[in-house]
Amino acid sequence: MLHEFHSPVGREIAVGKAIPLRIRTVDDCARFSLRFDPARLAEASKAFGLALPAKIGDVAASSGRLAVQLGPDEWHLLAPLAEQGGVERAFAELYSATPHSLVDVSHREVGIEVEGTAALLALRSAIAFDIEAMPAGMGCRTIFDKAQIVLVRETEERFRIEVWRSFADHVWGILQATSREIELDI
Amino acid sequence: MLVIRCPYCEAERPEVEFAYGGEAHIARPADPSTLTDEQWKDHLFIRTNARGTHFERWRHVHGCGRFFNAVRDTVSDKFVTTYKAGLPRPTEAELEGMRK
Ligand SMILES: [Zn+2]
Repeated sequence: MLHEFHSPVGREIAVGKAIPLRIRTVDDCARFSLRFDPARLAEASKAFGLALPAKIGDVAASSGRLAVQLGPDEWHLLAPLAEQGGVERAFAELYSATPHSLVDVSHREVGIEVEGTAALLALRSAIAFDIEAMPAGMGCRTIFDKAQIVLVRETEERFRIEVWRSFADHVWGILQATSREIELDI
Repeated sequence: MLVIRCPYCEAERPEVEFAYGGEAHIARPADPSTLTDEQWKDHLFIRTNARGTHFERWRHVHGCGRFFNAVRDTVSDKFVTTYKAGLPRPTEAELEGMRK
């Protein structure tokens, strides 16, 4: 799997000093880009096995599945690798009655988890909007430095970044530099 | 950096997430083949180039991906309001209320 050969994979940045901060790549998972008629969202929720959020920015998550609504008819879906085939089959059954687009983007993205009391500080170094005002359980597409990412605030102090593989090194490098600055109190 | 409110995301987002899309409310002629070259040139290239209140399109390209319309003052760069694509342009009276 391409994912394994990506350089940040399996690496970790830990800052254990006064402000704890831990940044690590998350385990490989299945990812989908879903475009679906919002008026018939219940069908998609049933196929995915999770009630999909109905408002841009909202996140739904349970038992290893996560869905964030990115646009009026667009969702980013995460599921455990083992369930990828099942999700694809469930949506394929819907297709004749409800045309939609479900694209496997599993290998396009790398997931990075940023956790700790300094997580906000680390992310603020490269994200231009007020992340502090973003409640836990929300997510959006945005720009990290120059790279497009999907940012999900999983809890108050834990964020998940989904970034294209080709940009992942860049994002990782910035997080590394920022962590160093946080460690040295610069 | 400008902070722009996306009417689809209903949130304030930084300018880097957006792309400018030119003047808004320019209807494409229904039957271009009946137009003279002069009229077609006007449709393609001639814009108001307002000094002050300007109706313009933006796209939330690194967010929800949607085009929407905005009213911006080209002198102060201040956004008066943003609204969804397809909605009519706000009247001067409505804009006056929003400027306060
Ligand atoms: Zn938006």
